[in-house]
Amino acid sequence: MKKHKVTQNIGFALLFLCMAVTLFFLGAIIYFITIRGIKVISWEFLTQVPRNGMTEGGVAPAILGTFYLTMGAILVSLPLGLACAIYLCEYSPKSALVNLIRMSINNLAGVPSVVFGLFGFAVFVKYMKFGVSILSGSLTLGILALPVIISASQEALTAVPQSLREASLALGASKWQTIKKIVLPTALPGILTGVILSIGRVAGETAPILFTAATFYTRHYPDSVFSEVMALPYHIYALMTEGTHPDKQAAIAYGCGLILLVLVLLISTIAIVIRQKQRVIHG
Amino acid sequence: MAKLKEKAYRWIFTVLAFSSLIFLVGIIIVLFKEGLPVFKEVKPADFIFGKAWYPTFDPPEFGILPLILASFWVTVGAMFVCVPLGVGSALYLNELAGHRQRAVLKPLVEILASIPSVVYGFFGMMMIAPFLQNLLHLPTGLCAFTASLTLGIMATPTVCSIAEDALSYVPKSFREASFAVGANRWQTLVNVVIPAAGSGISTAIILGMSRAIGETMTVLMVAGGAAVIPHSFFEPVRPMTSAIAAEMGEAPMGSAHYHSLFAIALVLFLITFVFNIVAELISRRFRIKLGLGG
Repeated sequence: MKKHKVTQNIGFALLFLCMAVTLFFLGAIIYFITIRGIKVISWEFLTQVPRNGMTEGGVAPAILGTFYLTMGAILVSLPLGLACAIYLCEYSPKSALVNLIRMSINNLAGVPSVVFGLFGFAVFVKYMKFGVSILSGSLTLGILALPVIISASQEALTAVPQSLREASLALGASKWQTIKKIVLPTALPGILTGVILSIGRVAGETAPILFTAATFYTRHYPDSVFSEVMALPYHIYALMTEGTHPDKQAAIAYGCGLILLVLVLLISTIAIVIRQKQRVIHG
Repeated sequence: MAKLKEKAYRWIFTVLAFSSLIFLVGIIIVLFKEGLPVFKEVKPADFIFGKAWYPTFDPPEFGILPLILASFWVTVGAMFVCVPLGVGSALYLNELAGHRQRAVLKPLVEILASIPSVVYGFFGMMMIAPFLQNLLHLPTGLCAFTASLTLGIMATPTVCSIAEDALSYVPKSFREASFAVGANRWQTLVNVVIPAAGSGISTAIILGMSRAIGETMTVLMVAGGAAVIPHSFFEPVRPMTSAIAAEMGEAPMGSAHYHSLFAIALVLFLITFVFNIVAELISRRFRIKLGLGG
């Protein structure tokens, strides 16, 4: 009997160790990037264009570029993803076709991000001649975000009680009226969570914009959707692998890393807190 | 009129619902169309099993075995980190953490899963690589071992999150039955809960693997980039994803090198495709086994 107790204690200690090591590593990443990044962050860093071959000045064009690319991606993926979720939850009959759609969503979610990059390059940059631009990058990132938006929207739509739909239909409302006036407003917080989550995901993606949108160095802000842009995640990579002043560039990379980290962690915290609240309300 | 409008909306949603399928098929078509021309230069068997990757030499050599092996090594290495840490943490959250601790830790793990891969790559390059280089007296810290470790840390929250979901689906009655016959908590965990959640945990592991093998920025920054067949974990390697990302910019459009990168992407896509299908089949069986519906 005593032996079992000892085994149990050792086992539980190991599990505790796993959790502790995981949190330690993740804490270390956040800690080091924060203390080293905070040194270079200033008002100038956030609002100025880079100077002196990327060794001085700020990273404002990269912040703005990430903003444009993310917004563009959401403009692409939200209408498509929401429509897809509405079809699957409200209209779809149970059929082989619907299974095929579900399967393709799952598989799209598992496609490596660099493959999205190649696809975007071949289709948007080359075939459609959009060039390396905000437009090509947004479309590529939009497709990447599609599965996230669809599954969050589906979860939100499924959580809407069936009785609400039945009550609306009983009053003589049509199917579309019910969806527009009853189902969508009720599911709105859940859908928003999905949108916020995918903003967080898209803002940090690097591989898909390597050959579709990003450029290392520009002193100009983008003036149309056909401009190439700087972007925060790509900028970190470029600072570490290109250029001629590794030490000065590494300091700036820590600054960019911190901005990106704060941005992404803040965004996903908001989304996950909203979702947690929603799940409590809906049980 | 109203009826017509209803029909129109149904049609619009039906058509848009196919967007994911269209994009997936589009990706497959593009990869084949842009990747297959490389086989005019090199036989498919020589492409996959060729031991030399010198795409810019004259004559060029397009053997991607070093890249495939590098991806394989780094992924397996990452699994040694993220499976024990991820599954162990999930078991801790599910079994040992109190209600309040769990309410904090579970969302925290999900939030940490959203840290961008380029940040992991940056951290691996600045902290882990120099640390390991000093500790183990390596010629370079940028090697398969560092890449595995960084990638493993990165995949841990994902594995933990999915595995914890699987554990939480195990019905309470399973545990109660085990306690009733006199098993203690550890015995219940090992003999009842883990087997019951087994296929759910396998799904988590396979999805973690799929994420690790397709991950680009981290390995591009920390794996070192040497396209040779790896002999030890402490040598620089060039996995498939980093070859694509690093060389796409310099490959002349329409050249054999350009097409070969699409062909690598095709191989990568097929590997992750198989992983995802297997994960889905297992998770479907899991849901049926626990009576959650297919």
